[in-house]
Amino acid sequence: MENLTSQYQSSDFFDELIDTKGEPRSPAKQLLGYLNSLSEEELEKRRLTAEATIQEMGISFTVYTEEGNIDRAWPFDIVPRTIEASDWRIAEKGLTQRLKALNMFIDDLYHDQNVIKDGIVPEHIIKDSKNFRPECIGVSPAHGVWAHICGTDLVRAGDGEFYVLEDNLRVPSGVSYMLENRAITKRVLPELFENEHILPVGSYTSQLFDTLASLSPRDIENPEIVVLTPGIYNSAYFEHAFLAQQMGAELVEGSDLFVDDDDCVYMKTIDGPERVDVIYRRIDDLFIDPEVFDKESVLGVPGLMRAWRKGNVALANAPGAGVADDKVVYAYVPDIIRYFLKEEPILKNVETFLCEDPEQQAYVLANLDKLVVKPANESGGYGMLVGPHSSKKDQAIFADLIAANPRNYVAQPTLKLSTAPTLISKGTLEPRHLDLRPFILQGKDTYVTTGGLTRVAMKKGSLVVNSSQGGGSKDTWIVETKGQ
Amino acid sequence: MLSRVAERLFWSARYLERVENTARLVSVYDDLLFDLPRDVKVSWYNLIEINSDVELFEQRYKVKNEHNVLKFLLADDSNPSSMLSSLKMVRENIRTTRDVVPQEMWELINELDLYAQKNIKQGINRSERHVFINTIIEGCQKIIGLLAGAMSRDSGWHFLTMGRYVERADMSTRILDAAVSLMLQSEAEESVQLGQVVWSKVLKSQSAYLDYRRTIRTSINGAKAVSFLLRDACFPRSLNYCLNQMREAATKLPRAGIIVANIDKLHAKHYEIGTSEDLNNEFHDYLNDVQLDIIEIGHQITENWFHFRQGDAA
Repeated sequence: MENLTSQYQSSDFFDELIDTKGEPRSPAKQLLGYLNSLSEEELEKRRLTAEATIQEMGISFTVYTEEGNIDRAWPFDIVPRTIEASDWRIAEKGLTQRLKALNMFIDDLYHDQNVIKDGIVPEHIIKDSKNFRPECIGVSPAHGVWAHICGTDLVRAGDGEFYVLEDNLRVPSGVSYMLENRAITKRVLPELFENEHILPVGSYTSQLFDTLASLSPRDIENPEIVVLTPGIYNSAYFEHAFLAQQMGAELVEGSDLFVDDDDCVYMKTIDGPERVDVIYRRIDDLFIDPEVFDKESVLGVPGLMRAWRKGNVALANAPGAGVADDKVVYAYVPDIIRYFLKEEPILKNVETFLCEDPEQQAYVLANLDKLVVKPANESGGYGMLVGPHSSKKDQAIFADLIAANPRNYVAQPTLKLSTAPTLISKGTLEPRHLDLRPFILQGKDTYVTTGGLTRVAMKKGSLVVNSSQGGGSKDTWIVETKGQ
Repeated sequence: MLSRVAERLFWSARYLERVENTARLVSVYDDLLFDLPRDVKVSWYNLIEINSDVELFEQRYKVKNEHNVLKFLLADDSNPSSMLSSLKMVRENIRTTRDVVPQEMWELINELDLYAQKNIKQGINRSERHVFINTIIEGCQKIIGLLAGAMSRDSGWHFLTMGRYVERADMSTRILDAAVSLMLQSEAEESVQLGQVVWSKVLKSQSAYLDYRRTIRTSINGAKAVSFLLRDACFPRSLNYCLNQMREAATKLPRAGIIVANIDKLHAKHYEIGTSEDLNNEFHDYLNDVQLDIIEIGHQITENWFHFRQGDAA
């Protein structure tokens, strides 16, 4: 369809594939040329191939509804999102820098708190943080690293520059979909992988394995690594199973583990109890140990914190790491980077208003129709107000919420999120907003995924990309164009 | 292999076998009723007694009639061993262990579960019971066939095997017990006539009738039928065969010593059956003992492979 891209109505936003003159950007040139060469029928056939592949691979996610949990097929758009490799290298450096600083910050918070003493971050912000865990004070995890797996959400604004929207340091999910998206695309557009220099993404699981292995308290050749899942009813269960399988690690539930009298963690196997060295836990802090946190939790392992504090088992991410993904703390991250690394931040933050500050709060309340208001400690896009898309009634509700608990709310300008062409109906591409979640690993070494998970708001004009709220996704291509 | 996975496989096989055996048990009684002389009284309630379900049944029902007994055995969700409850348990156990069994297993169990739920009334009412029971047995056989043809002979397989034969040994001794108590209850003058019918039905319920004919080569009587079902080495539903299978599966698993020893101990228990006269109350006690031993082996399997206690590792 030669007119596939010429009909494309690019918008006022930065478009990832097509520039303001309607020409393909250089990393997208071959891709768009190829799509234009396909007939409408052929394009539809490719879309169906993707659908069938998703079904076959059983790629699904769970949506919680009042009627119960529904397993949905993964929503996927076949048109990849392309990024120039040289642009990506800068983002990659910025992400590594950011996570390094965040880990130094967390380690400092649970030890000397110099960052507070030196007046970089106000004490009350930490004291009032829902995710600061006094139970973790004085613990020294391997390499001084608390957040081993981080999912940082990046957006590209009107100027085409990457901004950090938020850091997810607790149990970030989505990486399996990044890998599956590539697997699907290889089946859907195999011709392009032959001719183009698209950087591979596949090494993530072995990098993850190495990162986890580097945390083992025992210096042995084959440390026992397990993935701890809340179980089959969790929305990310597919990912837990996928990662465990790809790493050759056991996928365990809380009841598979126990802490014995020697304060070591053991896994119940038919060969008898087996000592566990590293737990990649996909359960929130508050549920990991009923002896210390939520007493009612049946997901966790009694005594786990005891074993961890004694250094007999590594937990990734470490409990208490979430203190740094508080959206109020976020506002201080550029200063945190300067303080700990004596470097300028490579990636910018999005301008953020803290509602606990009376002046900033006044500004927020006066501009609720223009801003995005977020609770400090939620994830998954829940409990947000998107000002321009909200009713007067929603705004009034949020005004009350902010007044009642100002510490818990931040606001940001409604971003001009970038767009990319997305196959909406048969043979029609329309711009849809998207973001990008790369994953950063830190153990003994650091690693950044090549690109990340691109999430798309499938509804026209929508800015909400979360899969729980109608978002879809695309494969992300980091394309090397130099020397071509 | 994780203990939890092993335990779920073990129980999925036990429950699947329970579904099939419940169907077989119902079919014996159903058949008996057609063939028995009108003046011989057979009570459906025997089925409740042999399953040791008297207490639970009496909490739920006042009348001990055919309809209530079948409802209890097939459909009742307050009875954890009813056919529908058992199917649900197979499904739940497989749902969480899908990655270690052949892919089609999940589809087949769903299919069977749906069929049973939809048609359960056919099982309770007499007119179409035969078709219903047969379809259930076939469904179970289909799954066992799939496993036999498509599953790796790894630890998972051995736990499935153990689950199946523990349950089968338990149930086949119960079926024998049911027949024996039926005989013991009968009047002397009707017992010869009754014996002919009962023992051939018992053999048929175990798909053992033709094997018996080929192997034993005499007319059917209690002593010979019971001996066959207890001791035949080749027939896959005999107690002897079940114990051999349990033993073989156990020896392929780690740390099996205590289990193998207990299976051997049970195996060595012998009860001399010369004539049908020997199928008396003493024999009834012997069967009871065997069942207690099987239950004990089930507990030991749990202790040995599935559950650990504080202090087991340190």
